[in-house]
Amino acid sequence: PHGSEIITGFGSLSEFEEAGNLLEANRDATTISIEDDEIKPEKQRQAAAFSPAGEDEDPLASDDKTELLSGQKKSVPFWTFEYYQRFFDVETHHVKERIIGSVLPWPGKNFIHTHLRRNPDLYGPFWICTTLVFAIAISGNLANFLTHLGKPNYKYTPEFQKVTIAATAIFSYAWFVPLALWGFLLWRNNKIMNLVSYSFMEIACVYGYSLFIYIPTVVLWILPYEWLRWCTIVVALFLSGSVLGTTFWPAVRDDHPKVIIAIMSSIVVLNALLAVGCKTYFFSKPEDLLPGELSSATEVTKAPHTT
Amino acid sequence: MAASDEASRPFAGLSDVSISDDIAVEGDISVPVGPSARRDDEFSTLDEPVRETVLRDLRAVGKKFVHVLYPKRSAALLRDWDLWGPLLLCVTLALLLQGGAADSDYQGGPQFAEVFVIVWFGSIIITLNSKLLGGTISFFQSLCVLGYCILPLTAAMAVCRIVLVAGSGPVSFAVRLAVVTASFGWSTFASTAFLADSQPANRKALVVYPVFLFYFVIGWMVLTFSPSQ
Repeated sequence: PHGSEIITGFGSLSEFEEAGNLLEANRDATTISIEDDEIKPEKQRQAAAFSPAGEDEDPLASDDKTELLSGQKKSVPFWTFEYYQRFFDVETHHVKERIIGSVLPWPGKNFIHTHLRRNPDLYGPFWICTTLVFAIAISGNLANFLTHLGKPNYKYTPEFQKVTIAATAIFSYAWFVPLALWGFLLWRNNKIMNLVSYSFMEIACVYGYSLFIYIPTVVLWILPYEWLRWCTIVVALFLSGSVLGTTFWPAVRDDHPKVIIAIMSSIVVLNALLAVGCKTYFFSKPEDLLPGELSSATEVTKAPHTT
Repeated sequence: MAASDEASRPFAGLSDVSISDDIAVEGDISVPVGPSARRDDEFSTLDEPVRETVLRDLRAVGKKFVHVLYPKRSAALLRDWDLWGPLLLCVTLALLLQGGAADSDYQGGPQFAEVFVIVWFGSIIITLNSKLLGGTISFFQSLCVLGYCILPLTAAMAVCRIVLVAGSGPVSFAVRLAVVTASFGWSTFASTAFLADSQPANRKALVVYPVFLFYFVIGWMVLTFSPSQ
């Protein structure tokens, strides 16, 4: 027999945590689960080395472990520069991985646990939001130009004021919705002892990265085809919504069913509102006429009457 | 005596040197007004004519313009930062962007204040971003570099306005597009030549992207300028 052997049953979640903790401490140990007919020590040792749980991930064990192992994070006051430097502790490949993870949701894989790993950054969300603001303004401008190309009364304007409107909309979504969600989850945590809790920065980070899919979507909206716009919006909503959904599902699944439905549906609905709202406001439908065109069209039809 | 012997041994060769009486070995602590005042004049600019002061600053600004036009990393440019050049360029760009298609009730191009806000707040945010990512460049040096590298885009704006006087059809648009694209590339390349070195290698792309976005937005403003008929 090699090392020590830990025999566990799958009776309750807490026992599994204990097994995970013990296994982390002694990696040579073999876990034999009573319910398994076949003992597969190699596979389980490997699985346990990566995470204490399988698909049904319970992150509390890994939370404890990382807090103990990584030592204490220095707590600096929030008005110093060093406080914010903590949130920019990422490298280029981290940001790339997080962006790719935000467009490819995997059932069971939680964005916060897979990619953030307790190191939320503000770089990604901020620059993704800024890029999205300018992408919306520029694409909307180009789309309007292409839609009205060839019409005699169309006068091209850069419509620069739309940048401020886009910025207000995107940044409010990216900051106030996470704030509300965080507050709500905190309140529910007090009522129902939840095993999973996210910090505000992690929630804001997920929301920021989940907006990335809209950047190529918005660029595709330059082409003035309604069916293309609706197809891309559905795809983007699906991807973005599933990333958010798989992230927040572990945080609410132990709750009252009505609360679960309320939270998940509000996450999806707010996302959809943002997408459809931007599409409607910044990208006019091909049949829409500008106010100037409408009046000139009526002038043209009036003229024959006078002669 | 033994101690003084040991102490004087390194100076043994000086024992036969004598100091003549007419060399002053005593003085007073008052501020010298004699020949040593000449050294002070090089640092004291209070007495020079105003023209000299203005010309010196203009020469410094002009030297930095030349550095931007032929970008290669130069420590002198970063060390002697100044914000006159960026201010001059920003005002010129904002003025050239005026007089666009601005109907009173419909949306037009960026206002004067909007150009200022974008240039200065954009530079400040990019500088903060690079400092938060651990850059070694100082705040004002970075503002200086970002501001000076707007020079190609300002030149492109002037060229665009001249081309627009000739006409605003597809040919003029193609010419303007080419000019703006070239100057946008030049600006980005020039500023990253100065800024990217101050970052660790695994974060260079994280610092370069916001600079790219900044000049892209300014280039967009330059390109979409359309004159009122």
